[in-house]
Amino acid sequence: MWRRKRGLTCQELVELVTEYLDGALSRRDRSRFEAHITACTNCREYLKQFEQTIAATGALREDDIDPAVRDTLLAQFGDWRRDRA
Amino acid sequence: MNDSDLVAALRRGDESAFAQLVDELTPGMRRFARAFVRTPAVADEVVQEAWLGVLRGLDRFEGRSSLKTWIYRIVANVARTRGVREARSVPFTDEPAVDPDRFSDGGHWASPIEPWDAVLAQELRGVIDRAIGELPEQQRTVIQLRDVEGWSSEEVCNVLELSETNQRVLLHRARSKVRLAVEEYEHVA
Repeated sequence: MWRRKRGLTCQELVELVTEYLDGALSRRDRSRFEAHITACTNCREYLKQFEQTIAATGALREDDIDPAVRDTLLAQFGDWRRDRA
Repeated sequence: MNDSDLVAALRRGDESAFAQLVDELTPGMRRFARAFVRTPAVADEVVQEAWLGVLRGLDRFEGRSSLKTWIYRIVANVARTRGVREARSVPFTDEPAVDPDRFSDGGHWASPIEPWDAVLAQELRGVIDRAIGELPEQQRTVIQLRDVEGWSSEEVCNVLELSETNQRVLLHRARSKVRLAVEEYEHVA
């Protein structure tokens, strides 16, 4: 029996974005995803915004440690080392 | 220094090795702890207690996981006993990541997706930070580790003891909600 291949709808696509970005979609689903993105302006924009959000989330990192906290932790290390000896 | 050299140095009482590790991991550990507890102050206490747990557990560390993963698991365990921010696990539902009302019957977008205007990085950080703060714990911890800290899927699954599939579902829900928060901000701004 001839099975008709159906493309993804927008509603289906939005559920697959993280899998797509993780490279976790099957080859078939990835093709369907990319075919839809190529043809659909809204979903293309949605994917772009999803990626922009992820990039902005990564910018939340601040990598400096509070000097007071650092001192406390080093003091704690000193105590531990002494107790061990 | 690789993990086993680092662990050996710590066991020898090498303070500079410990300082280096503290500098490298503490900010991320604090952010991670914040995903579990109510206030930054409690998060700081959790981190301090976790480091103590690390030192005390050093002799038992076998290197089956990476040092970082092992340390973060300690943070998670301490944080969970210290602060219940809300019900720990939300029942796993099949609800979609995007509200079905956004779509027409045929599954198309009911209204167009408008491109975003440039927003000050500072403002955007605030919106995203708040949105993450409102997520259920499991979604919060996954997006924290994956997208804020930049960890791999495997490392996250290791620390949070989740299957890869579950981890990805949680991440997707979290990201969808955060994206929505930015969209709502964009529409008002």
